[in-house]
Amino acid sequence: MRIIVTLLVSLLLALSTASAQEEVVLGLSQNQVEITTDFDGSEILIFGAVKRESPLPEGEPLHVLVTLSGPSVPAVVRRKGKRFGIWTNVDSVTVDRAPIFYAVATSAPFEEMLTLSNDRRYRVSIERAILSIGAKVAHEQAQDYVEALVRIRENQTKYALLENTVEVDQQTLFRTTIQMPPDLTEGEYTARILLTRGGQVIADHDSSIDVRKVGLERFLFTLSREQPVLYGLLALAIAMVSGWGASAIFRLLRNG
Amino acid sequence: MNIYLPIAEISVNAFTLLGLGGIVGILSGMFGVGGGFLLTPLLFFIGVPPAVAVATGANQIVASSVSGVLAHLRRRTVDLKMGVVLQVGGLMGAACGIAVFNYLKSLGQVDLFVTLCYVVFLGIVGGLMFIESVNALRKSRRGAPPKRKQRGWVHKMPLKTRFRTSQLYISVIPPILVGFLVGILTAVMGVGGGFIMVPAMIYVLGIPTKVVIGTSLFQIITVTGATTMMHAITNQTVDIVLAFLLLVGGVVGAQFGTRLGSYLKAEQLRILLAVIVLAVCGKLGLDLLLEPSELYSITNVARG
Repeated sequence: MRIIVTLLVSLLLALSTASAQEEVVLGLSQNQVEITTDFDGSEILIFGAVKRESPLPEGEPLHVLVTLSGPSVPAVVRRKGKRFGIWTNVDSVTVDRAPIFYAVATSAPFEEMLTLSNDRRYRVSIERAILSIGAKVAHEQAQDYVEALVRIRENQTKYALLENTVEVDQQTLFRTTIQMPPDLTEGEYTARILLTRGGQVIADHDSSIDVRKVGLERFLFTLSREQPVLYGLLALAIAMVSGWGASAIFRLLRNG
Repeated sequence: MNIYLPIAEISVNAFTLLGLGGIVGILSGMFGVGGGFLLTPLLFFIGVPPAVAVATGANQIVASSVSGVLAHLRRRTVDLKMGVVLQVGGLMGAACGIAVFNYLKSLGQVDLFVTLCYVVFLGIVGGLMFIESVNALRKSRRGAPPKRKQRGWVHKMPLKTRFRTSQLYISVIPPILVGFLVGILTAVMGVGGGFIMVPAMIYVLGIPTKVVIGTSLFQIITVTGATTMMHAITNQTVDIVLAFLLLVGGVVGAQFGTRLGSYLKAEQLRILLAVIVLAVCGKLGLDLLLEPSELYSITNVARG
């Protein structure tokens, strides 16, 4: 009897966890961004559905957070100050790691969707996506430098918080578009989807987007890194030939 | 039409670059300056990373200088012998300059030093040239023939050689010294150095203005060519696509500039150059003195 009860309880538990399970099925308009000579930015469409094996849970509505992030690299932030009447760099802080591109799209105001502790844990907001622990240990005013980094990159449209831009339909289908700027650096970018209910994260899914130079861009970039002497000579040869060419054409025009 | 630059990793308007190249090319053909002192700050302004701007600027100057020199060669206003002597000094100077630059870099504050160098040299050179040219222009209006100053020490040194095109019979030591000093500044400031070389040739060596321009361009080709190679090998910051767009504008501009220059009197040319040099100096000076709108700046550490 006791065994049966325990079995039943565990079965019920299993069922209840299964009903809470909501999974993300993700689609991306592209999983590769090709930087060609006429590259002018790219719009990534991120869409998907929530897969459930049970009816829609009652209570808090479902929210979707989508982040798109570029590779994270250390960055030096310098501050100017006045010394002997001249504005010059007086101090600097090295931020441990900051993404070179970061966008967060949400289906509701950010604070309503995610509690502070979950933001800390999943590193979702722009401030949390930047790692600055080392910088804060090394420098008292590190926070000012991190804020300046965010401010500058927001002005360059490299960082963006796009509230209410994720459309959620029937608490099941979601879609959003994120604009990537024309001055994109290559690397592996990550698209991440978080499903939240009442400020708690209930599912989380990532997918990578490969951003790379192709064609002439790829060829020149690789040549400059692997055959720098040849690349330098090529640059000089182009310069000399076009200088000579322009001179010859102009002489022809004048004489002819 | 936007073009993505493979090394600078930014997307910029192709016509903006053609226009920038054109303006710098006109200056280069008219005055025999490479135009680097103008091009490099302009590239910073459109968002090209400084390291790429300096290296690519040097490459662009090679093209416009070749174009300009060919135009001057046909008019026989290039003193090849003087040019070679200056280049010898210039290359030695550039090698020393790189060492100075790296030393300053290790101390930090290299940006400030470079800007101060610009302000001081552009200010002195522009100011002197302006005053001298205005005086010369006044004298020539009164009818007195402009007298070329003969500096005693330049003529007392050994190893005298005849520079036929320049109509000079002087020692090779002063041109080598001038080339050497300009070479140091060139490497530190990341420019062709024409704006220092031109006045030095006129006032120190006493070379006629008409010959100075072609000769200076000839000398600049070697120095900027060497700089381009050095940057391509050590820093990999030469952007061929950027350089190509700039130089298409530049070589065309240089041809127009050379023609334009031949319509103006030597003194007028010098006043005009002095005004441009002083304007750039003023702009850089103000940037140091006025409070910038953003106190902070970001540099990504090399990607791993």
